[in-house]
Amino acid sequence: MSTPFISLAGISKIYGEGAAAVRALDDVSLNVQQGEFVAMMGSSGSGKSTCLNILGCIDVPTTGSYLFEDVRIESLTRNQRAIVRRHFIGFIFQGFNLLNRTSAIENVELPLIYQQVPSKKRRLLAQQALASVGLEKWANHRPSELSGGQQQRVAVARAIVGKPRVLLADEPTGNLDSARSMEIMEMLTGFNREEGITIIMVTHEQEMAHYAQRRIVFQDGCVISDSADQAS
Amino acid sequence: MLKEAIILAIRAIRRNVLRSALTILGIVIGVAAVINMVTVGSGATTQVTNEISELGGNMLVIRPGQRRHGPGGARGVEDRFSIADAQSIITNVAGLTAVAPVSQTGRQAIYGGANWSTTIIGSTNGYLTVRNWYLAAGRVFTSGEEKAGADVCILGNTLQRELFDEQSAIGRNIRLGKLSFRVVGVLAPKGQSSFGTDQDDLVIIPLRTLQRRMAGNTDVQTILVAVNPAIETSQAQRDITALMRERRGLRTDDANDFHVRDLTEISDTLSGTTAILTALLSAVAGVSLLVGGIGIMNIMMVSVTERTREIGTRLAIGALERDVLLQFLVEATVLTSLGGVLGIAVGLSTAVLFCDLIGVPFMFRADIVGASLLVSSGVGIVFGFFPAKKAASLDPIEALRYE
Ligand SMILES: Nc1ncnc2c1ncn2[C@@H]1O[C@H](COP(=O)(O)OP(=O)(O)O)[C@@H](O)[C@H]1O
Ligand SMILES: [Mg+2]
Repeated sequence: MSTPFISLAGISKIYGEGAAAVRALDDVSLNVQQGEFVAMMGSSGSGKSTCLNILGCIDVPTTGSYLFEDVRIESLTRNQRAIVRRHFIGFIFQGFNLLNRTSAIENVELPLIYQQVPSKKRRLLAQQALASVGLEKWANHRPSELSGGQQQRVAVARAIVGKPRVLLADEPTGNLDSARSMEIMEMLTGFNREEGITIIMVTHEQEMAHYAQRRIVFQDGCVISDSADQAS
Repeated sequence: MLKEAIILAIRAIRRNVLRSALTILGIVIGVAAVINMVTVGSGATTQVTNEISELGGNMLVIRPGQRRHGPGGARGVEDRFSIADAQSIITNVAGLTAVAPVSQTGRQAIYGGANWSTTIIGSTNGYLTVRNWYLAAGRVFTSGEEKAGADVCILGNTLQRELFDEQSAIGRNIRLGKLSFRVVGVLAPKGQSSFGTDQDDLVIIPLRTLQRRMAGNTDVQTILVAVNPAIETSQAQRDITALMRERRGLRTDDANDFHVRDLTEISDTLSGTTAILTALLSAVAGVSLLVGGIGIMNIMMVSVTERTREIGTRLAIGALERDVLLQFLVEATVLTSLGGVLGIAVGLSTAVLFCDLIGVPFMFRADIVGASLLVSSGVGIVFGFFPAKKAASLDPIEALRYE
């Protein structure tokens, strides 16, 4: 097998110091191959978000090593990690995190602004991304004028518009009813299958986890199970 | 990137119009005050300068002053000039177009039932030349009248109006105090001076007449001299000083007991005063901009806190520290520049009203307007920097968890 796309080795993360120290991750090692759809599961406080944030280069491990392709992430500066996020990583949050007084399409354009894509091309790519989540008619609406499901679809469009190598989602369906959740999961599955985007998703719902091909279960900061579907 | 940041900034400002307006109020007021006062001030200065040159831009005023005799001893009484001094200046100093010895007093002018309290100027026809003054009617004094001290007078326009109304005054006899004078000429009107005095409120009579019949002495209070415009006034000033020192018997180490003043010195004094005023104003402006700047800093800190989650999101999707820094810096700068522009608009429009009200010309001062713009955007950069830095250095994890 070739070198893995993403490789965590002996990752620990400790928040706080002394008596108040919390060991959020304890010696976690895992590899993710390009094109995988991974679900990270576990009870609340088990370290899923911490692990995802480290994978997304917005947090750094206390010890351990993180290889993204052949880049050693822990040796990068804050700005260098921002560059990695900018070009290779798309984020979807539980709370959508759209900019409130900005239209849907402008929200989708945001990563492209930071990628310094010229404005005409930016608009075009954002329109395509919105169309791919079925919201082309809602481009000029503000988040407050959209339903929760639609808002999360805008967030999905924003996450994929910059053509990231990996999509990280932290409980993307946590705020949605089951029908809306299914829609989002169908979309993610589509991007994974058709465009080969690697997806790592945190969820505590079994139904959602079943969309993934592989499920990693966390408990008290450790990986306690890691099981992949048989090729179906 | 800058373009996007500016669009973003304008949006953020429009999102909260009232708050933005209150935030920049200090800057608006500061800039408006400075623009207004500088504009009105330069209008007034221009007006006064114009009037001084109308008064005779190349005029020298020679007056006696007090002299100190030796160490310590001060002399109370001043040495007056005489007609002979004026005569000597005429014969000895080159490059003068007119010399006018002047003494003045005040009298009641009476004609028929009308009377008017006025200034009496005793001088020669040279006075009209020096002061650049023309006759509206009649004639100037003859040399016979000047020499003999005849009872003739030339009326200022106010006297013509107050005593004679529309009637011709020429050839009529008026009384100045107890004495009767025949009107031979009437002056063209000059209007108000910038100090608010009526320049036309005077009667001119021959100097000898005033000395003999009113003052009872042979004193000359002031000698006015008009210098040929082709000649440096400072040269004439030096020549006259040397001549007067000699005539007054001063030794080399004696100080002058008289002044030879150039009217440009008066306008210099005036612009000196203006400079002090400007310095004071700048201090006031500085304070108000400082206060305004602190207001901006405060509101930007609030804005950064309010938008913590937004900043976290931006950082997570690939904004660099400097992108966030730029965003907030631009927002502060757009805000203060807006304050500057509004302040300029308010300052200029109130200046127009003010100038109109006090009757001075409106002078557009592009330099001050430009400086105001620069300074107000500078305030944004300086006071926006700390909040922007705070925003840029937020930890994305913390920012995203922020409720
Ligand atoms: N920024 C932080 N500061 C202190 N403790 C934290 C921080 N983030 C997470 N933790 C702690 O680390 C543990 C793991 O948290 P998290 O990764 O968010 O769990 P999960 O997402 O699985 O619910 C929890 O005990 C949590 O309280
Ligand atoms: Mg979590």
